[in-house]
Amino acid sequence: MELIITFIQKAIGQGIAILFGATGEIITEKSGNLNLGIPGIMYMGGIAGLIGAFFYERNNPAPSPAVGAAIAVLCTLLASALGGLIYSVLTITLRANQNVVGLALTTFGTGFGNFFGGSISKLAGGVGQISVMTTASAFQAKIPGLSNIPVIGSVIFSYGFLTYSAVIIAVLAALFINHTHKGLNLRAVGESPATADAAGINVSAYKYVATVSGAAIAGMGGLYFVMEYLGGTWTNNGFGDRGWLAIALVILALWNPLSAIWGSIVFGGLYIIYIYIPGLTRATQELCKVLPYIVTIIVLVVTSTRNKEEKQPPASLGTSYFREER
Amino acid sequence: MNTVEEYAIDLSGVTKRFGEVVANDHVDLKLKKGEILSILGENGSGKTTLMNMLSGIYFPDEGTIKINGKEVVIHSPKDAFELGIGMIHQHFKLVNVLTAAENIILGLAGSGRLNMEEVRGKILELTGKYGFELDPDQKIYSMSVSQKQTVEIVKVLYRGADIFILDEPTAVLTPQETDRLFEVLRNMQKAGKSIIIITHKLNEVLAISDRVSVLRKGKYIGTVDTKDATVESLTEMMVGEKVSLDIKRSEPKDPHLRIKMQHVSVRNKEGVVKLNDVSFEAFSGEILGIAGIAGSGQKELVEAIAGLQTLENGDIFYEPPEGKEENLSGKTPDEIRRLDIRLAFVPEDRLGMGLVGSMDLTDNMMLRSYKNGGRFFADRKTPKALAEDVVRKLDVVTPGVGTPVRRLSGGNVQKVLVGREIASSPTVLMVAYPVRGLDINSSYTIYNLLNEQKEEGVAVICVGEDLDVLIDLCDRILVLSGGKLTGIVDARNVTKEEIGMLMIGGKG
Repeated sequence: MELIITFIQKAIGQGIAILFGATGEIITEKSGNLNLGIPGIMYMGGIAGLIGAFFYERNNPAPSPAVGAAIAVLCTLLASALGGLIYSVLTITLRANQNVVGLALTTFGTGFGNFFGGSISKLAGGVGQISVMTTASAFQAKIPGLSNIPVIGSVIFSYGFLTYSAVIIAVLAALFINHTHKGLNLRAVGESPATADAAGINVSAYKYVATVSGAAIAGMGGLYFVMEYLGGTWTNNGFGDRGWLAIALVILALWNPLSAIWGSIVFGGLYIIYIYIPGLTRATQELCKVLPYIVTIIVLVVTSTRNKEEKQPPASLGTSYFREER
Repeated sequence: MNTVEEYAIDLSGVTKRFGEVVANDHVDLKLKKGEILSILGENGSGKTTLMNMLSGIYFPDEGTIKINGKEVVIHSPKDAFELGIGMIHQHFKLVNVLTAAENIILGLAGSGRLNMEEVRGKILELTGKYGFELDPDQKIYSMSVSQKQTVEIVKVLYRGADIFILDEPTAVLTPQETDRLFEVLRNMQKAGKSIIIITHKLNEVLAISDRVSVLRKGKYIGTVDTKDATVESLTEMMVGEKVSLDIKRSEPKDPHLRIKMQHVSVRNKEGVVKLNDVSFEAFSGEILGIAGIAGSGQKELVEAIAGLQTLENGDIFYEPPEGKEENLSGKTPDEIRRLDIRLAFVPEDRLGMGLVGSMDLTDNMMLRSYKNGGRFFADRKTPKALAEDVVRKLDVVTPGVGTPVRRLSGGNVQKVLVGREIASSPTVLMVAYPVRGLDINSSYTIYNLLNEQKEEGVAVICVGEDLDVLIDLCDRILVLSGGKLTGIVDARNVTKEEIGMLMIGGKG
């Protein structure tokens, strides 16, 4: 029982970063932009939040956890939105190839994270020495009272505020996409920009807003990882391939943020299940880490053979729109 | 004293240039309130450009636009909506995975949650009023072409437009669907809407409109009352010279059996029977027409011969001019080709099955020939010469043979495709809806090409929708109804009504 509770907690802990990334990417892809820069943007978001908190705590003798958290969130939103903006300018305004720009942005973002991570490690006095304890304590604060309820408390109420934000943002995103006028317009932009244009929808504006806000949401996944999961420190390449898992999760969730919520927990569980299976060698552990991708491939195979139109990616995904092109 | 007539639209001196090309040259056009006006013109005469300036897609270089007597400036589709102008484009602008209702409210101002109940109610009110059939919750991808068109029209009505512009609305419709569309348009006219319909089908102009305005090469030629017009007078205005509308039909010379289909049945992917025990013969030196209501198995019939359908039953035999008979059933197009059987097929879906839109003319010619010659590198010179030859002989309007095919107009695309197929000197030529979307001149070019092929001893099989043309062009007409062959008639001694009876399955 104890083991199962821990497993669920750890699965959720792994899943939340992926959920942020997937929600951001779903909003982006609904506008027809395939942003493969999300893994890099999550690195950028994570390091920016850490830098913000680091300098706040360094220059302030008595730092307040709430202010530190606010600064970290703000820095993350700005940095990751900037990543989304770079992608938008290149692909929407300049109509560059989306795959190339996305992959370049991921390479750039990872390097950006590692470079500044290394720099502030140096300032802090050496590798692994960065610590923003005060700010991290705000991120790791559990819900008082509720988290003490046996079993339910530890499974549902024992996380920091970003975990709940991730779920709430995913639910809001689903409501927005499926039940509002603007969400309908967004879907139309991603499916058929020419149709949306003729209906009087500003295609470029929708693409920009969706891509930039999607990137900002995804960047929060990086912040979650650095603050709530790691407790306010940095290791180079520590975030690993979670960004790619987020993109795989978009496919698993069939572009529905609500499915991404349970999907992220499944992914999180599959990601760490090797720890809980006794008797694995190092080689078989690595094989276990492939599980999320195998599940994604199975889902892809099943949905593409079913061939149901609603379960397909947005029709214009990956292409740029130019009104005068025939 | 003259009473001033109130015009819904009054264009004067409207000019639009695209670089060097003048698409509209000082066009004056007036639409009276509550009338149906046809705009007639050949391909490239500037009809669509002119209408796009009314719907806010293009902005005129010169001239003034008055709507309901007031001078206006239209910058975007949104401005046009606000002035009550709605355009139904030739290529539908709909999102496939959304429902009819969602498409209809797309882009409308409105914040917060969608209230689909209210939208649905409003749509049903409109469809009831004008006599449409439409299910607001049906997804676009599961709709037929005419249902999609209905969605487009309701979309415009929903926005409260009272001036309607329809760009070639009947190009993709069957005769029955066209009749239904015209009925709806008349209902809309009765409700006080003003309608412009762009077309080049003359019988339709005469059937539906009150007045006809003619454009030629971007210039406004004139407007006549429909009741004073005839097919001949309108053609003359449109083309600028007298055009003979007769198709020269010669007697079949020395006919030989080419294709023999025996008891063929075909099912589609969903398991629905599309051809049911069809048997017929096609001869060299004749044109065999295939008629039927849309979707009666015409497409499956020609595709079966071309090797694109899996036969459930039956055999298809090919009788070459020399040598022994071959059974085509169960062979792929490539196997048929390797047997040196020269079948040519002009499919209905030109840019989907016939040509590759983003490749240029030369490359599209190569699609037929790249397997010829055993060398490592493909031969590009012969196809290029062929492309130039087709352009010259068939008067294809294109900047050059290096232009991607999708940049050409519909008529020119068809000329390229037919030209390529004929160049393979086929013994059997199959064409599906060869003049769909083409203007008069292009259509007659195609008819003449088919006749030339017939005279050269080719067995021509032509799927058509315009019964008048089939009766004038073909030697025999095969009629399908729900996948069954209901009759093969002599085109020289048959009436449209007799074929119509066979089309609905009756014994003629």
